[in-house]
Amino acid sequence: MDERTLLDVLVAASALTMASAMPFLYSALGEVFSQLSGVFNLGVEGIMLMGAFVSIYFASDMGLDAGLLVGVLAGIVTGALLGLVMAFVSVTMHADQGISGIGITLVGRGLSTTLFILLADGVLLVESFQPIRIPLLSDLPVLGEILFNQNIMVYGALLLVPLTAWLLRRTTWGLQIRAVGQNPAAADAMGVDVVRVRYSAVILGGAMAGLAGASMPLALTNVFQVNMTAGLGFIAVAMVYFGGWSPWRVMVGSLLFSAAYNLQIWVQVLDVKLFGETIPVNILLMMPYVLAIIVLVFARDMQRFRPQAMNRPFRRGD
Amino acid sequence: MIQIRQKFVQRSDPLIVLAPILAILLALVLGGILLLLLGRDPILAYRAMWDGAIGNPFENTTSLANTFTRAIPLMLVATGICVAFRGGVINIGSEGQLFVGALAVVALSAQVGDSLPALVYVPLSLVVGFAGGAIWGAIPGFLRARFSVNEILCTIMMNQIAIQLLNIMLSGPLRDPSANVTQSAMLPEGVWLGRMLPPTRLHTGIFVALIATVVTWLLLWRTPIGYRIRAVGQNREASRYAGISVPVYIILALTLSGGLAGLGGAVELTGVSRRMVSGFAAGYGFSGIVVAIFGRLHPLGAIPSALLFSAMVTGAERMQRTVQVHYETIIAIQGIVVLFAVSSSMWVQRRAAKRLAIDVSMSRSDENPGSGAGDVRPAEA
Repeated sequence: MDERTLLDVLVAASALTMASAMPFLYSALGEVFSQLSGVFNLGVEGIMLMGAFVSIYFASDMGLDAGLLVGVLAGIVTGALLGLVMAFVSVTMHADQGISGIGITLVGRGLSTTLFILLADGVLLVESFQPIRIPLLSDLPVLGEILFNQNIMVYGALLLVPLTAWLLRRTTWGLQIRAVGQNPAAADAMGVDVVRVRYSAVILGGAMAGLAGASMPLALTNVFQVNMTAGLGFIAVAMVYFGGWSPWRVMVGSLLFSAAYNLQIWVQVLDVKLFGETIPVNILLMMPYVLAIIVLVFARDMQRFRPQAMNRPFRRGD
Repeated sequence: MIQIRQKFVQRSDPLIVLAPILAILLALVLGGILLLLLGRDPILAYRAMWDGAIGNPFENTTSLANTFTRAIPLMLVATGICVAFRGGVINIGSEGQLFVGALAVVALSAQVGDSLPALVYVPLSLVVGFAGGAIWGAIPGFLRARFSVNEILCTIMMNQIAIQLLNIMLSGPLRDPSANVTQSAMLPEGVWLGRMLPPTRLHTGIFVALIATVVTWLLLWRTPIGYRIRAVGQNREASRYAGISVPVYIILALTLSGGLAGLGGAVELTGVSRRMVSGFAAGYGFSGIVVAIFGRLHPLGAIPSALLFSAMVTGAERMQRTVQVHYETIIAIQGIVVLFAVSSSMWVQRRAAKRLAIDVSMSRSDENPGSGAGDVRPAEA
């Protein structure tokens, strides 16, 4: 392989890594809202699956044929509704958050599969979002192709990072979210409606998980498959720990895990060998999860940023 | 004193028994509404489910035997989850622990062949299966105790790693060379668990499961080790001040929890499939969580609970064949049951606490966390 083509392949692999960081970004940024408000939403995985199915069902001509934008919107609404369920169970009913999340995941998994088979006979294809070249910027060498020749949902995910950081740091609502996650009793005493703030954060987190789900069939793979997220939602939750609840660090984590998910491609491109042999595919598929555990071990310093009231239902007078 | 009173109040509250049953009924009604919206006859679907799970036991025991067979690994997995919960850690990794337990048995039989008599071989395989799962549970336990790694996330990741490990073993070292599909060779007959009701696959592993649940119950409530596990689960700080080594008991709880799941994998392997196939025992891990919560996180509660959920899953397969509704519908219904169960348990508990407060007009410190299902949560995640 001569120099020129190797560079091209590297750029293509980087662009793909960039694009497949998108579902992580949407879901993990949503989870940042939820966890900062004090709700550990483990239902992301199921919400993403439902978002993925509903969005492609609305968008595909094999489903309702309502267009891509309606599909995205449907995914967001579905996610928000499941977020509402999570908020009701964990905030109003004071249920254990980890287990409620597993419940939501089971619902999303079972319902998306059932509906997929019943409504679409198990096949859904869609003409997905096409890349949009950004004038001038996309002509930059290397970076132009990686960053500025992506589809609109990738741009959206990247723009959400500064937007999330601004919302959380500079708006009253963002401060309220962080307050009810750190010390709900004090926030309550200051007149912040803890329940309402938590509901809003968890519903927004759900909507973003739905959007993350929608991004998979509509902007990445153009099909729906049973259980297509395959644990990606759980990784997104782990990434929030890794990122220490900061949107910028969550973005770094997303890129890292996206690279780990595309390890197969990278190993092929860079022609990596282990003891002179090709590395078995299953070992490569294992790596994102091994990485997640390692990252959780090393990110324990981040625990100091942990919302102190996470996992604790708020009851006035406790 | 307060403990006893609270127990009394809880027992006298009919909601304790009614809430989970209502949860199931509500979930089934919601499922029925969903079926109706999708243009399927819910009565027909649920009748198919009943036939598949129970049928008419006086004429044909096949359905019932299938339900019991499926309940065996569920019971073991759920018992394991109870141990973790009681120790204040949440184990979502049963699926992986079950795989590794079964994989350890396959590896054992690949090494030993059929050179051992069944009387030694079967118990050995159970021990090896337990050990395999225990190791897979001990890793997140250690990471939790030593590095405070969130055990929920860690066990989920361990599941995915186990799935890939299974694929590696099945496509490489443990693959049956004569088969076209990825599966292991048939296990030697000496390690098989006997079948009790041929042609059904109901096997003697059911006694293993029943004994394991009872032993776990005795361990948790009748031995000092079990007492310490539960003490750590209820209040880590207090346990530490009482001189209990909290990290050791956290690791122990997850190790035992994983071991029981591994045992479930071992009996499923030697009793039912008798060879490792891809897609082996898929879904038992997550269903086990539902079973454990529904059994109020008590090992003995896991027995009826496992039978109930096994009936639902077994019935769902028949439902898929007769009304063409994918059996994963039952996963959604299980999810709804979980949501109802965790919501109602808190509610019932608060009600009990309120009644207690009125009863003995004690301060609110009686709201003893961790006395009911779904609330044995450590303070720190």
